[in-house]
Amino acid sequence: MKAHLSRRYLFSASHRLHSEAMSEAENQSTYGKCNNPHGHGHNYIVEVTVSGPVDEQTGMVCNLTDLDGFIEREVLARYGHENLNTMKEFIKDVPTTENLCIQIYEIVQRGFHSAHLERVRLEETMMNSFEYSGKSEAPK
Amino acid sequence: MVYLTRKAEFSASHYYHNPAFTPEENRRIFGKCNNPNGHGHNYTLEVTVKGEVDPLSGFVVDLKQLKDVMHREVLDAMDHRFLNKEIPEFAHQIPTTENIAIAIWQRLATKLERAKLYRVRVYETPDLFVDFYGEA
Repeated sequence: MKAHLSRRYLFSASHRLHSEAMSEAENQSTYGKCNNPHGHGHNYIVEVTVSGPVDEQTGMVCNLTDLDGFIEREVLARYGHENLNTMKEFIKDVPTTENLCIQIYEIVQRGFHSAHLERVRLEETMMNSFEYSGKSEAPK
Repeated sequence: MVYLTRKAEFSASHYYHNPAFTPEENRRIFGKCNNPNGHGHNYTLEVTVKGEVDPLSGFVVDLKQLKDVMHREVLDAMDHRFLNKEIPEFAHQIPTTENIAIAIWQRLATKLERAKLYRVRVYETPDLFVDFYGEA
């Protein structure tokens, strides 16, 4: 029996949306308040969904301790209380929540092998969230 | 096709233990959840059904029937119960959130009259939930 397991985690970080490829005026009109040169922050909620057969011995898709440990180490410790614009993955790409969601997906996809990664969903605020399921997969 | 979701809550206790494992293995794999006296959660259940909208009633499913089935098959059985000891499915299976979602699917799937069961989602806490789509 295949089940999907989702876990939510919280981290706080700051960012500024600004593209070197655009003029000041274009940046202003594209990013509005988010273009403030001093940056601003969010409490992000990252929701990770993995799937796989439910192990008959443990009743689990994967051990939550493994998933929690991985996300703590590789995602929360990396991004928590950081200014995203200063990180190497955002030197070229603007740290929008879309791009951050893709980065987190790639980290989990590369390093977590106890279950199949279905989706990463990232809430920037209670009112907006973004999902990424890999390049060719449609979200279930 | 339209999808309709109904939520319900139930509170129950459980613990994780596999008699095939040694006490050390049980503690290592299941951690705090291995406490044999059990511990509890407020579970939130979301049942999603799918179907065409009936042109006469405008319904995908008779909500009252769905509510009655959820009550009879799930809430009356599991609410305020010790899942390991009182639910037959968990006599020989560990009542993890994964297995609870599967057990609820199996209890509901054959009992719905018009709509087809699409997804069973069980929240153990607001930060942990399992989806089961009936996949083998």
